[in-house]
Amino acid sequence: MFRKPNPSSGVPIYVQIKEQIRHAIETGAMSAGDQLPGIRGLAETLVINPNTVIKVYRELEQEGVLEIRHGLGAFIASRRRSRSKTEELRDAQRSVREFVETLREQGLDEGEIRRLFEAELAGEFQRR
Amino acid sequence: MAAVIETVELSKSYRKHEAVRGLNLSVQAGSVCAFLGQNGAGKSSTIKMLLGMVRPTSGTGSILGHRIDREEESLLIRQRVAFVAEDKRLYDYMTVEQIVRFTKSFFPRWNHDFERRLMEQFELPPERRIRQLSKGMRTKLALLLGFARDCELLILDEPTEGLDPVAIEDVLQIVVSLVAEGTTVFFSSHQIAEVEQVADHVLMIDRGQLVLDAPMDQVKEQYRHIQAVFPSPVEERDFRLAGIETIRAEGCTVSLVASHNLDSIVEHVRMLHAGSIDVEPLSLKEIFLGKVKARS
Repeated sequence: MFRKPNPSSGVPIYVQIKEQIRHAIETGAMSAGDQLPGIRGLAETLVINPNTVIKVYRELEQEGVLEIRHGLGAFIASRRRSRSKTEELRDAQRSVREFVETLREQGLDEGEIRRLFEAELAGEFQRR
Repeated sequence: MAAVIETVELSKSYRKHEAVRGLNLSVQAGSVCAFLGQNGAGKSSTIKMLLGMVRPTSGTGSILGHRIDREEESLLIRQRVAFVAEDKRLYDYMTVEQIVRFTKSFFPRWNHDFERRLMEQFELPPERRIRQLSKGMRTKLALLLGFARDCELLILDEPTEGLDPVAIEDVLQIVVSLVAEGTTVFFSSHQIAEVEQVADHVLMIDRGQLVLDAPMDQVKEQYRHIQAVFPSPVEERDFRLAGIETIRAEGCTVSLVASHNLDSIVEHVRMLHAGSIDVEPLSLKEIFLGKVKARS
């Protein structure tokens, strides 16, 4: 089910595998409760370092995408547990920061950005 | 995690030639550590010192807790470490079957099932004399003799030399399974693609000195190539910043390789009024060529 990563792409292999697992969930190829291959199994199939697979599973567990049941293996977590509020806020904060940076690069100053945000938010809530 | 291989200021000189200069290595248990360098960079000298086959001129080191510079411990090292040498030297007059039988008689931990499985997978002809084996077959046989010893540490010098792509993938897959069982692998290679595929730590040596010692993921995440174009000509000295490994300035453009500190570097480039800034990841091959070229 998983494809071999491209080792020379400049993107770390663990990032590539994480994306594949996320993609499998987004497309519905895997859903809550499905079991992922064992560490050794996946390492052998993709011919990658088992430590890389461990890193992938551990990070996805921390992000709430997977659940590690000790002695049983890794499973896709149910959706409601998949992201905590703090994580959602942290992600949102990152998007806002990047967006603000883009606007700054386009030459807008702080006041202009603030006014645009406020106008947009005011309009948004009025429309509701 | 414990260090399986450790060296402190390890050095080796042959008359006036300094082959290895003050090497400080630390290889963690359970990792796959790649050891890269050009021919003559000091890889083989280092490996021979680690195995107690060559005495260091100065400095010291240990493998699995045994001191590499003490003669009485070198036997223990050779019992506990499986080593596949670059020249894959084998007794030419023996047949494949004979050398397997001969080798296993020295090692009580020999894994017989694994040996049979590898004989099949590698399609080694038991009756054939070693002298008549192709280069690829010799490599496979040498690897079998190393793998079947069931050691906690494998040191491989150019393990895939002479192998076709299918056989290389087979060998890497075996390495992966051994690591899943807890084996530590230290290998030198010229095949950068295979290093990128299985190694989790990279060491690069150039002219006897370590020029890179980092986890593979960190290398991938932090090394970046930055290309910027400026309204007027720039000089190399405008870009001497922490994290910049190489600088090439030509007229109004500059090409930089950064190993860390990327945000500040990009900020600095922007402050110099760059018209365009492109940041791209680098492959290990590009990093390797950069490291070697920068010093020559």
